[in-house]
Amino acid sequence: MKTNDVPTTPTPLNEQYSLRVNGRDLPVQDAWIGESLLYVLRERLGLPGAKGACEQGECGSCTVIMDGSAVCSCLVLAASATDSEILTVEGLGPDGSLTDVQQAFLSAGGVQCGFCTPGFIVAVHHLLDENPSPTDLEIKEALSGNICRCTGYGRILEAVRIVAEQRSQES
Amino acid sequence: MSSLLTDQTTRPGTLGTNASRPDGVAKVQGGFAFSSDMWADNMLWGATLRSPHPYARIVSIDVTAAWALPGVETVITADDVPGKPTYGLIVQDQPVFAPVGGFVRYAGEPIAAVAADHPETCKRALAAIKVEYEVLQPVTDPEACISGVAAQIHPDGNIFRHQRIVCGDPDIVGDIQVEGTYQVGMQDQAFLGLEAALAIPDPGSAGVELYIATQWLHEDRKQIAECLSLPEDKVRLVLGGVGGAFGAREDISLQVHTCLLALRTGRPVRIAYGREESFYGHVHRHPAQIWMRHHADRSGKIVKVESRMVFDGGAYCSTSPAVLINGITHTQGPYKCDNAIVDGWAVRTNNPPCGAMRGFGVVQACFAHESQMEKLASILGMSPVDVRLVNAMETGDKLITGQVMDSVAPVAQCIQETADIPMPPPLDPNANELSVPGGTGLTALPSNIRRGVGWGVSIKNLMYSEGFDDYSTARCRMDNGIVTLKFATSEVGQGFTMLAQQIARTILGVDEVLLDTIDTQVGSAGSTSASRQTWMSGGAVDAACRAVLSDLLDHAASSRSLDRHSLTIEGTDVVDSSTGLRHPVAEIARGVAFDRTEEYHHPATEDLDENGQGNCHVAFAFVAHRAVVDVDPDLGLVKVVQIATAQDIGRALNPLSVQGQIEGGIAQGLGLAVMEEIVVADGKVRNPSFTDYLLPTFLDAPDVDIRLIEEWEPKSPLGAKGVGEPPCISVTPAIANAIRDAVGKELPRVPVRPYDICL
Repeated sequence: MKTNDVPTTPTPLNEQYSLRVNGRDLPVQDAWIGESLLYVLRERLGLPGAKGACEQGECGSCTVIMDGSAVCSCLVLAASATDSEILTVEGLGPDGSLTDVQQAFLSAGGVQCGFCTPGFIVAVHHLLDENPSPTDLEIKEALSGNICRCTGYGRILEAVRIVAEQRSQES
Repeated sequence: MSSLLTDQTTRPGTLGTNASRPDGVAKVQGGFAFSSDMWADNMLWGATLRSPHPYARIVSIDVTAAWALPGVETVITADDVPGKPTYGLIVQDQPVFAPVGGFVRYAGEPIAAVAADHPETCKRALAAIKVEYEVLQPVTDPEACISGVAAQIHPDGNIFRHQRIVCGDPDIVGDIQVEGTYQVGMQDQAFLGLEAALAIPDPGSAGVELYIATQWLHEDRKQIAECLSLPEDKVRLVLGGVGGAFGAREDISLQVHTCLLALRTGRPVRIAYGREESFYGHVHRHPAQIWMRHHADRSGKIVKVESRMVFDGGAYCSTSPAVLINGITHTQGPYKCDNAIVDGWAVRTNNPPCGAMRGFGVVQACFAHESQMEKLASILGMSPVDVRLVNAMETGDKLITGQVMDSVAPVAQCIQETADIPMPPPLDPNANELSVPGGTGLTALPSNIRRGVGWGVSIKNLMYSEGFDDYSTARCRMDNGIVTLKFATSEVGQGFTMLAQQIARTILGVDEVLLDTIDTQVGSAGSTSASRQTWMSGGAVDAACRAVLSDLLDHAASSRSLDRHSLTIEGTDVVDSSTGLRHPVAEIARGVAFDRTEEYHHPATEDLDENGQGNCHVAFAFVAHRAVVDVDPDLGLVKVVQIATAQDIGRALNPLSVQGQIEGGIAQGLGLAVMEEIVVADGKVRNPSFTDYLLPTFLDAPDVDIRLIEEWEPKSPLGAKGVGEPPCISVTPAIANAIRDAVGKELPRVPVRPYDICL
């Protein structure tokens, strides 16, 4: 237990900056400089889609796209992301519509408790943008940083296959 | 009574179809409100101070410096608990906070809590609390508790329960004997959605509303109300979105603390655990040591089973007595057995508290009996399939508890259908490195990799046992044709909300079914555990819908002068079988309202007597697993290639959900087989993080090939058996047996660690 190592100085809540999230500039006010991007998205910007489940980049539940890369937002200092373009699960399907990946997760049975789902949805979009027709092994490797405790991954694999197939037929 | 009497069609969204989850769209869009997403105006953050010592007396607690920090609103300790100072599911032996002059009995036990304006302020406040401990030598050896040499660490003593089973002729001896001593490590449920709750005090702190991720709202409320010294109607619980459970949300964790902080400050308070705290905050799967000896005749038939099981329950009781009973009453596995002598212990130590996890005591017993079956096959020169088939349990068999198996018991069919599933192709010498043990970096030489095949078959009880009436309640309203269901059943991801809608659509002939809030404003549903909600809450929803249907048909008959006894529902119509005329439900229901609340109770069960005899279980389900593994014997690394399985499910009410439960359960059983273990040394958890507690990733997940054994279970209200637990039970020994087959070692413990294989 590490709580006794923390210094006991009060927490100044007086930082102000803005983040560019889902195409909008969002002001962050009265913040503590030590807050993670995950915390600021969830607690200050009203974007709770990214989830916290490990705080150390092991589970991928907090995955967002930052300047084109999939990152664990729990490992990014929010105040260091002021010059970045951030895309969260809330920004994927404009106007409340479902993306092909979201639709496939539903039809394939890739959702149970749903806690890992937003991180997976973001990671799958990123994967298929980078590699439109991945092999099963490439899918598994690309998503091996996202932990799911409910599904055993089988229906998620099926969802990704469905989208890859759909997109290849469309193109 | 069956639910399909009136509807054998495949109308979308009815029973038997892959209906859509009502929470699905919100979950894929990130808008579903988990308990950690709950928020209220003027909200404070709460946090908990925990003991770093597994066993110590608290000499003093000084909270002065924490109170003095700007942003801190309150600090509470045991002195601030107005009601019962302890809680617990079976025995209330666990303190809300360890008091001054009292003891902390495990590393991580709560001592105080704070509420402040920011999580970081909370951390600093906790660090400012000064606790003086008299550190004591922890009791960590379960055998020392049984022998009595260990110091008594709790007024209730160090034995949670001791139970024997003596069946038939305990002195009979078989021609063939095999024995072994097996160990199962401490597994964590590792749900992704960490413990979180939001408590909102009533004006004047006269009561409290708690938004909470839990498995059983009403049991939580009972324990919380006692600790708060409030009447139950002043404690209202609402289910916050639950990010998985697997048994870890059966016990109280942060519920009382959050409510106390809110009542004390008069402001909403949210507590949200981090991953490390979650490892301290909930119970785990019991580590167990099991000795087992099987006697058989030369045809392979089991003559007698002898066993001694020791479950380490850790510091507090939780469900240890029930876990023990599940373990010992499943000693025989899914096999005929006339003679048995079993001695079971669940003991208290200063290790982390253990309680419910998917499989609930049967996982441990199954690892032992399935390891034994492999030894029996080997010594007799029989195949693993034949030795199991020759012993396969059937309906009508008498169990070692004296109870007669009156569930559908297609054990032989599970085994045979699994055996018929095609084997995977042999390892390709040029296989991609990601698909061989060790993965990236190609640490394994493909020419050295050995393939193994192993089997596991299991039996699992469904619902609660030993006389417990774990009933469920549901309310169905039909108002002007709009159907709304209300229940307190915890939706933890398994899909009960979807199933409830399927039931209502099928019975009432409507397409749209609304779901009321899941909270304590309706009767108890019992716990989402023991593979019981499809049967129990499914039964309650079924009964409530049937009561409304009866009212609707009464109304149809009286308002349209029809013969009541000729009326049934077909699709979305009321059909008069005497005339063949159809009347849309929507028309019949116009302008009228019906409202029915029903309880579903399963048949009563009994306690065990001193010889472990009694009809203690309600019903059973069965499953077979065959594992194919590739092993790198040099580095001790394992890749599970394929799991073939056939599961006894009664009936697939939602086939896609059944598949998801099976695949997910297999992944958890795989975790216990080869990687998942909370490592405890001198009472302290050494790996409380997802960096060090290893969970199966996408690349670890095997191909899964499933056969569903659908034989309607007559005792079940919907014909279906619970499907949640069986998948994770016998897959673990199947994988262990496959590794044994590959490398020729005994491997008496799971998880099988690399050094168990290669050293």
